[in-house]
Amino acid sequence: MENYIIRVEKLRRDFHVGDETVHALRDVSFSIRQGEFVTIMGTSGSGKSTLLNILGCLDTPTSGDYYLDGVAVRTMGRNDRATLRNRKIGFVFQSYNLLPKTTALENVELPLFYNPAVSAHERQERSIEALKAVGLADRIRHRSNQMSGGQQQRVAIARALVNNPVMILADEATGNLDTRTSFEILTLFQRLHAEGRTIVFVTHNPEISQFSSRNITLRDGRITDDTTNDNIRSAREVLDSLPAEEN
Amino acid sequence: MNYNNLIKIALKALSNNKFRGFLTMLGIIIGVASVIAMLAIGQGSKRSIREQISEMGSNMIMIHPGADRFGGVRQSASDMQTLKLEDYNTILHEASYISACSPMVNASGQVVNGANNAPTTLNGVAPAYLDIRKYEVGQGEMFTEADVKKAAKVCVVGQTVVDNLFTNGEDPLGKTIRFGKIPMRIIGVLTPKGYNSMGQDQDDLILAPYTTVQKRVLAITYLHGIFLSAISEEFSDRAIDDLTGILRQTHRIKAGDDDNFSIRSQEELSSMLSSTTNLMTVLLACIAGISLLVGGIGIMNIMYVSVTERTREIGLRMAIGAKGRHILFQFLIEAVIISVTGGLIGVLLGIGAAAVIKYAIGWSVYVQLYSVILSFAVCTLTGIFFGWYPARKASELDPIEAIRYE
Repeated sequence: MENYIIRVEKLRRDFHVGDETVHALRDVSFSIRQGEFVTIMGTSGSGKSTLLNILGCLDTPTSGDYYLDGVAVRTMGRNDRATLRNRKIGFVFQSYNLLPKTTALENVELPLFYNPAVSAHERQERSIEALKAVGLADRIRHRSNQMSGGQQQRVAIARALVNNPVMILADEATGNLDTRTSFEILTLFQRLHAEGRTIVFVTHNPEISQFSSRNITLRDGRITDDTTNDNIRSAREVLDSLPAEEN
Repeated sequence: MNYNNLIKIALKALSNNKFRGFLTMLGIIIGVASVIAMLAIGQGSKRSIREQISEMGSNMIMIHPGADRFGGVRQSASDMQTLKLEDYNTILHEASYISACSPMVNASGQVVNGANNAPTTLNGVAPAYLDIRKYEVGQGEMFTEADVKKAAKVCVVGQTVVDNLFTNGEDPLGKTIRFGKIPMRIIGVLTPKGYNSMGQDQDDLILAPYTTVQKRVLAITYLHGIFLSAISEEFSDRAIDDLTGILRQTHRIKAGDDDNFSIRSQEELSSMLSSTTNLMTVLLACIAGISLLVGGIGIMNIMYVSVTERTREIGLRMAIGAKGRHILFQFLIEAVIISVTGGLIGVLLGIGAAAVIKYAIGWSVYVQLYSVILSFAVCTLTGIFFGWYPARKASELDPIEAIRYE
C-alpha cells in the first residue's frame, strides 16, 4: 500500500449565502504521497481557500471524505481536529501571524504549549533546533518586530516545523515578500522538500509551480489540471542569478 | 492541557500590556481598598460607641416613673410620682440578677462657693451609685449608708464643679459649698470621666445622699428614678422582666393595664446606637461595593477590547492546535490575574488607608478579617464573572475568520 499523507475523495463544500447555495468545491479527488511538494493553484473564487481550510482541518467538507495520514477527518469534532492540527500539520501563513512583542523562540514554542506530552525543557530544545534549521540561530532572542519580513516568515516556518508535522501547509507563504526574499523562502521550502518533508503550497502565483514537484490547478471548484513537474527549477540558482542587493 | 502553560501564556500576554493591565487593575484596587476602609470605619465607630457605653456601665438598668403613654396622652415622666422609696426597698430585697441598686432624685440649680458660682445638677443617690455608673472617688471618700440615714449635708463633686468653684486651685476637700440655700461639705472628688458619646460632660455633677436631696433640697417623698446594675450584660433582659413583675405587683397594676413606670437598659441604648452605625456601615459598604462593580465592568470592557484586538492571535492559536477551552481559560486566567492582583494591592491599600485615617484623623478604625476575606473573594468572583463573557466569545471564534481578521 502506498504511503498517502492526503487522500481526498469526491470532496464537496457548499456554502449557504441567503437563499442561494454556493458550491465552492465540486467532487474534488486527489491524493498526495509522502515527500511530495505540491502547489495548489487557482484564481480567487476557484475554491482553493476552501480546499486549504479543509486540508488544514479548519473546516469540514459537506460530503466526500478526507483522510490525513490515514485519519478520517470529516467526522471529527472541533476539539479533535484542534489536536490533529497540533500534531500533524504545520501552518505557514501569508502574513506570518507571529505574536507581537514576542521573541522568535517564544513564537516557535507556541504549538508545543498545546501538547501536554512535551516538557518545558524539550519544548525549548526543539524550538532552538527548528530555528537553526531555518537559519535563524542568531535571532533566537529577537522580538518579532525587530525582524525583517523574510526573517519573520522563517520564524513562522520554524514554528510549522517544530511539532514535526506530516505536512507543511503554506498559504501564499511568499505573498508578502519581495522577489529576492521570496526566492530565499522558496529555497528553504525546496530544502525541506529535499529532506523528505511533504509540502502543500497554496498560491495564485503560477510562477511558483515551476519549483514544486507537482501542480494541481483548481477552477470553479473543480480540478482542471494535475501534472507532475519533472523539471523542477532550483530556487537557489534563481536566487544566485538575481543581481546582488545594493547595500 | 497543562494549566501551568496556560498561566504562562496569560502572564506573557499581560506583560505585553502592562500599563493597560494596571489601569484595569486600578478599578479593582480602588474598589477593594474602599470596601475595606469603609467597613473598617463603620466597625471602628461601632466599637468606640460600645466602649463608651460600657464606660457608662453596660449592665446598667434605669427605672423611671410613668409609662411613655398614659391613656393616649404622652406624659412628662418627672411630673409623675409613681416611683416611691418603698419600690426601691422592695427591689433591694426581692429582685434577682441585680448586683447594685440606687435611688435617684435630682435637682438643677446654682452651686455657690464664695464669689464663684456655676449651674450644675445635684444627684441624690445611694453609695451604690458609684458602682452602677462606674464612677470612682479620686480624692477623699464617698458618703456612707450612715450619712444617708442621717440625711447628712455632705457631697461628692465632679471635676468640672471643682474647676468652676475653686478657681484658685485650692483643695476642695472639707470646704462647704451651697446648693441653693443648703450648705454641704465636700468629702470627696470624683475621678474625671470626660465627655460621653452624646457630648455630655460626665464630670459636671454633685452626688449627695438621696435623703438629703429629698428632704432638705426638694422636700419630696417620691423618686425620680432607680438605677441598677444587672449581674452582667447578658442578664439585663431577665433582670428587666423580674423588675417589671415586682413593680407591677407593688403598684397593683391589673393584667392588661399599662405599666406606670418604664425600664430601660443600657443594652437597649447600645443596640439602638449600633443599629444606626450598622446602617451607616451598610451604606458605606454599598457605595464601596458599587465601585468594585464598576471595577469589574472595567475588566470586562478591557477583556472585550483585548479579545477583538487579538482576534488574529486567537485564530493562530486555534490553527496550531489550541482548543476552545484553552482560549477560554487563557482569557479567564488573564481576567482573574488582573482581579486577584488588584485585589491583593487593594487589600494592602485599604489596610494602609485605614491606618492613615486612624493616625492622621484620629477616627477609631478597625479592620476585620472577614471584610478582607469578603472583598478579596468578591473581587476574584468579579474577575471570573466579568472575564467569562469575553473569554467565551474568544473561545467561540471561527479560526478561519479569526486568522484573516484585519
